[in-house]
Amino acid sequence: MGAFATPRAGEYSARISLGSQQMSRAEISLSVNGETVEVSFASYKTLLELLREDLALTGTKHGCELGECGACAVLIDGEPQLSCLVLALECAGRSVETVEGMAESWKSGAGLHPLQAAFADLGAAQCGYCTPGILLTAKALLAHEPQPSRERIQEAISGNLCRCTGYQQIVEAIEEGARRMADESHR
Amino acid sequence: MKVIGKARRRVDGRAKVTGLTRFADDVVLPRMLHMKMLRSPHSHALIESVDVSRAAAYAGVHLVLTGQDFPASFGILPITQDEYPLVPEHVRYIGDPVAAVVARDEQTAGEALELIEVRYQALDTISSPEEALAKPEPRLHAYSELGNIHRLQAFQFGDADAAIAESDYVFEDLFFYEGNTHLPIEQHACVAALDGDGKLTLWSSTQVPHYVHRALARVLQMPASQIRVIATPNGGGFGGKCDVCNHEMVAGKAAMMLGRPVKICLTREEVFYMHRGRHPVLMKFRTGVSKDGKLTGMHLQTLVDGGAYGSYGVASTFYTGALQTVTYELPRYQFEAARVFTNKPPCGPKRGHGTPQPRFGQEIQLDKIAERLGKDPAELRLGMLVKPNSLTANWLKIGSIGLEQCIRTVVERSGWKQRFRKMGPGRGLGLACGSYLCGAGLPIYWNKMPQSGVQLLLDRSGQVTVFCGATEIGQGSDDVLAAIVAEVLGVDPQEVRCITGDTGITPVDLGSYSSRVTVMMGNAAIQAAEKLKAMLAEAAAEELEVVPDRLQFANGHVSFEARSLTFAEAVVLAEAKFGTLGAVGSYSPPRAPGRYKGAGVGPSPAYSYSACVVEAEVDPATGWIRIPKIWIAHDIGRTINPVLARGQVEGSVYMGLSEALMEEQVFRRLPAKLSRALVHKFPSLLEYKSITSLDMPEVDTVLIEEPDPNCPFGAKEVGQGPLLPVMPAVANAIYDAVGVRIDELPITPDKVMRALELKAAGKPARVGPEHFPAVPYPAPLVVPPPWEGGDGKEAKRDDAAAVV
Repeated sequence: MGAFATPRAGEYSARISLGSQQMSRAEISLSVNGETVEVSFASYKTLLELLREDLALTGTKHGCELGECGACAVLIDGEPQLSCLVLALECAGRSVETVEGMAESWKSGAGLHPLQAAFADLGAAQCGYCTPGILLTAKALLAHEPQPSRERIQEAISGNLCRCTGYQQIVEAIEEGARRMADESHR
Repeated sequence: MKVIGKARRRVDGRAKVTGLTRFADDVVLPRMLHMKMLRSPHSHALIESVDVSRAAAYAGVHLVLTGQDFPASFGILPITQDEYPLVPEHVRYIGDPVAAVVARDEQTAGEALELIEVRYQALDTISSPEEALAKPEPRLHAYSELGNIHRLQAFQFGDADAAIAESDYVFEDLFFYEGNTHLPIEQHACVAALDGDGKLTLWSSTQVPHYVHRALARVLQMPASQIRVIATPNGGGFGGKCDVCNHEMVAGKAAMMLGRPVKICLTREEVFYMHRGRHPVLMKFRTGVSKDGKLTGMHLQTLVDGGAYGSYGVASTFYTGALQTVTYELPRYQFEAARVFTNKPPCGPKRGHGTPQPRFGQEIQLDKIAERLGKDPAELRLGMLVKPNSLTANWLKIGSIGLEQCIRTVVERSGWKQRFRKMGPGRGLGLACGSYLCGAGLPIYWNKMPQSGVQLLLDRSGQVTVFCGATEIGQGSDDVLAAIVAEVLGVDPQEVRCITGDTGITPVDLGSYSSRVTVMMGNAAIQAAEKLKAMLAEAAAEELEVVPDRLQFANGHVSFEARSLTFAEAVVLAEAKFGTLGAVGSYSPPRAPGRYKGAGVGPSPAYSYSACVVEAEVDPATGWIRIPKIWIAHDIGRTINPVLARGQVEGSVYMGLSEALMEEQVFRRLPAKLSRALVHKFPSLLEYKSITSLDMPEVDTVLIEEPDPNCPFGAKEVGQGPLLPVMPAVANAIYDAVGVRIDELPITPDKVMRALELKAAGKPARVGPEHFPAVPYPAPLVVPPPWEGGDGKEAKRDDAAAVV
């Protein structure tokens, strides 16, 4: 669950070519939310820009584009990464998961991933802007530690700034999400 | 009640956890162009020339705009229309925008900005209130009241000085509250586009689409009916998206000129410089107290650092004095305030708007008063609470007040009586209270129209659609709207479709500020829903053969005992009987009793109350402060959705604690070999310190329900009030822990260490402002309080002479 098929090393490679207006373009193939995507883009772009601008996945947010706020966190090969600090080019052949892929990763169809449902139910999303980054960070934590302590949760999301909630309801929603994941897995 | 008070998933919860909430920067339109703005690198300068020729010729650039393209000024308050979308000749802070480039992409626009050549003639920088008072020149604004003093205000509600002089005890204290900023995680963004019919639409992350609408009409010099402003859900606001912004005006103009969509998203650094955040305020409180612990009079002076423009500043300045009377009985009150212009980013409203600063001073001073009188700080406050349904010295009408229960709750739950002053070295408890408006009594521009309007549409499918200009900034205003409509009509809130914050299709609501939405939108929603409920009841009653007022609307049914229709069936019957089903509701606050000039700031349909106890641990070796736990009780009147209400309280506590311990919007001068310009010390999310999940203590939240008759189902505000007591409670807890007074914010370890060193040297163990500069406050407007024969108006000159 949550583990997408990862391409073998060397299966994909990036091609970079110089365009007409001195703007070099790149072409890579990567897995995004479980689907193989081939995309051509301006080679200076970050993964954040690639996702939002070239792949129309605007669920990934930005708050600084300097790696300070955590809003743009996505999973690369299952690990949380700040997509504003990753060059899109570095993602050739890798597997990227964004908030748009969470529900499907749980095979819940039109439903929600248990973490998403817990966030919605328990007030963990107020404005919702930091939410995608925190959801994915939490998902990665739970993949390693299905029943983390409150302190571990606070540590895991300490790089994700939220100005609305005061974090308490977020931490509780991650705990609740972990419980729901365990319940649903056992069913 | 079926909906109100029940814990629920918010109606927009699913969108927010799936990434489907469409924020302004998520709006992407065909043929869209991108804009960047060139900003002044000088704190204060005159523009001698702007040469855009190289930028305009750069490949991929579609348009370059400068101040010459914008003849009309704008501003949020009618009396301070002092900004231009692009500055024509006089830049007043680093970040003041002077030109804009629209290009095929952001990268190209950014490259072209560097080709614009601006020649400046630097002026002396006014960097502080002291400098602004001392130097009338160079003057930032010709319209200011006196030199660089933007505005002076002075009121006397009874002869406070005489009352203070005759008091058993007199307390005089200085406090300073450093400025800080909102730091919403979403940067401001907007997209402007021409519709097929030639009208302009602006999508923007704004809290106030109605005011942006008015400003765009003024700046673009076109009819407001040709402009539509859509407030996209804000990725956090906190007051930072309450002002009308330069980039909104410029993007609108560019889209009109090019006939193509234009987008801009500010960088994080730009957001820091646009600011409009908490004003730095220096305060002097002189307060008289009787032996039995009653206040006899208060004389408050404030000096407010406004930054470079008006923004909301005139209102913010009034608010540094307006609400000192609403918590504790104060028979006489004198208030003098001055806002000065300085060459820094403009200050404006942040959560609590102008009131957290004096609340910080007042609640610390009460802690000092309690100690001197040998009273418990909680008991002292309980002995002087304002009575419900009363008038204050400055003619504010108080309705319900749940402050007593708030205080008793946090005292009980924190173990206050067993622990206060008994926790041993380095550990302590502090208590403070606060109060806030449930919506400003007056709109920011004078008019007699409602402050909130709601339109409701039902159709034969059973669909309920509600339209309101209110803006969803994360606080849950859509959820409040859906819940109120659902409660009246007896349907599930998730069934209600909310269409909000769109000046093209929703009735006017003034916006998400001053904690006004629940009360104003909520009352308007009840009115609209009750009208439709009556029509549904009449049609259903015929079918069910009962009298209409015996019908229950609940759980998606309209029923009387065993006789029942589904809601949709009732709608079909009513649509057949009355035709298409729609209704509107609107709300205007009650007229306030104050009649004097300046009485417009402070009145509200109701006031919320909060009390807070903070536990602090202070390491005497390092000054390091740890906050293990905070208890807070908030008088919310009635809770609409406890999940969201708790989130508002905890979010307020978080932001208050962050302001108390670390947040500061401060500036430094560049070295002389550079420009000596005044730059932001740390315009980045990393270095502008704010509390993270690791720093945040456990918060014990209790909602006190003291329903207020002016409020929908009795529900007061909860978005801002709970912030107010936190900062002074932290300061009071630190005093309990280590016996030092830190009378300024933020309270950082170095200040604690300095105070501990003073204490060790046998000096007064206090760090805070030492001096209040001479401010040329005018003679006060004399307004006798209600109990001195006043009628809410200022005393006539003869009377005034007699009173003085």
